[in-house]
Amino acid sequence: MAGLHFELVSPARLLFSGDVASVTLPGTEGEMGIYPGHSPILTTLRPGVVTVTRDGGAAERIFVRGGMAEVNPQGLTLLAEVAIPMAELSAEALAGQIRDAEEDVADAKPGENLRKATEVLNQLKALQSSL
Amino acid sequence: MASLKDLRNRIASVKATRKITKAMQMVAAAKLRRAQEAAVAARPYSERMSTVIGNLASAMSGRAGAPTLLTGTGFDETHLLIVATAERGLCGGFNSSIAKLAREHADRLIAQGKTVKIFTVGKKGNDALKRVYGKYIVEHVDFRSVKQMSFAEAQAVAHKVLNMFHNGEFDVATLFFSEFKSVISQKPTALRLIPADVSGGKPADLGGAVYEAEPEEGEILEDLLPRNIAVQIFRGLLENAASEQGARMSAMDNATRNAGDMINKLSIKYNRQRQAQITKELIEIISGAEAL
Repeated sequence: MAGLHFELVSPARLLFSGDVASVTLPGTEGEMGIYPGHSPILTTLRPGVVTVTRDGGAAERIFVRGGMAEVNPQGLTLLAEVAIPMAELSAEALAGQIRDAEEDVADAKPGENLRKATEVLNQLKALQSSL
Repeated sequence: MASLKDLRNRIASVKATRKITKAMQMVAAAKLRRAQEAAVAARPYSERMSTVIGNLASAMSGRAGAPTLLTGTGFDETHLLIVATAERGLCGGFNSSIAKLAREHADRLIAQGKTVKIFTVGKKGNDALKRVYGKYIVEHVDFRSVKQMSFAEAQAVAHKVLNMFHNGEFDVATLFFSEFKSVISQKPTALRLIPADVSGGKPADLGGAVYEAEPEEGEILEDLLPRNIAVQIFRGLLENAASEQGARMSAMDNATRNAGDMINKLSIKYNRQRQAQITKELIEIISGAEAL
């Protein structure tokens, strides 16, 4: 099988569809590199950067937040609630995302939800400082 | 008998109305194209989402500890009807057909002795249901200030619904919206949100392999199901937006045509009357001359 069929879908539209060499994505339990012929897997995503490597080696970086990835024999499908190419991601946009996350933390009831919301906030902050 | 002046005024007023309906039709046509594109663009996400949930649900079925969003609370007592309609009128039967479907549903449930709660999204649905079902309406949101429906709005609605669910305020949630079939056909639809309707997604062909899940299936489902509610509501809102514009376009097309017919009729009447008056005046002059 030549190339990995990769689709990136956000609720508003289909952002990317095509064959690529590999994709690196931020899974909840760690970064994952997906190459053609990967075994079927399902994973949730944490906020982070997806790196799409084209056949020629050119890479594209896309910020995603909230979603999941599915690998099946047909290829890789990434469902993300927010997906912004890194080139278009401004500091303000990221700050806006962080504000959202902070509100979620403020709203969340103690327990599982609060833990998750805090986790998301921390990941976003880490991303902000790494830029 | 209306005088010539009255007729002239009426023709002028119908012409003005025709201009307005014509303009509204053209605006609706332009908006329709955009709304239709948005609705079509949103389809892949919700389709993939239901496929994935369908896959996971079949893997989870029969296992204990499945999330209640998938299996339901085990009761069928309190029903939440989420009625999504438009903010504006003048779009034919669009709002009333959604409200009618919701009403029939509510009547049936009430007859069965269930408790009904109504959550209206959009001003017109609230207006239509307020009079008879006012006491059942527990929540209302409208998007009058929102120009282009975005995912954030759907998330806000989903958030409210989920909060109510977690507080045990209802057992079954159904979303009412109008599915966009084509410009001239919109179908009011009821979609069950909770417990999740997993019959729609067809499992992907894995060639005998089994999904590895990271983290576990249960945990993914727990994460995915609330998102799915938001996605389904978003889809409903987008379909609604496209349907609304489609309905408005055909309603305004009809109105423009009716106004045209009316102008024709009034013009004929006006011309006849004018001719009659001229004839009358001529006769008067002629008979006056003959009398001399």
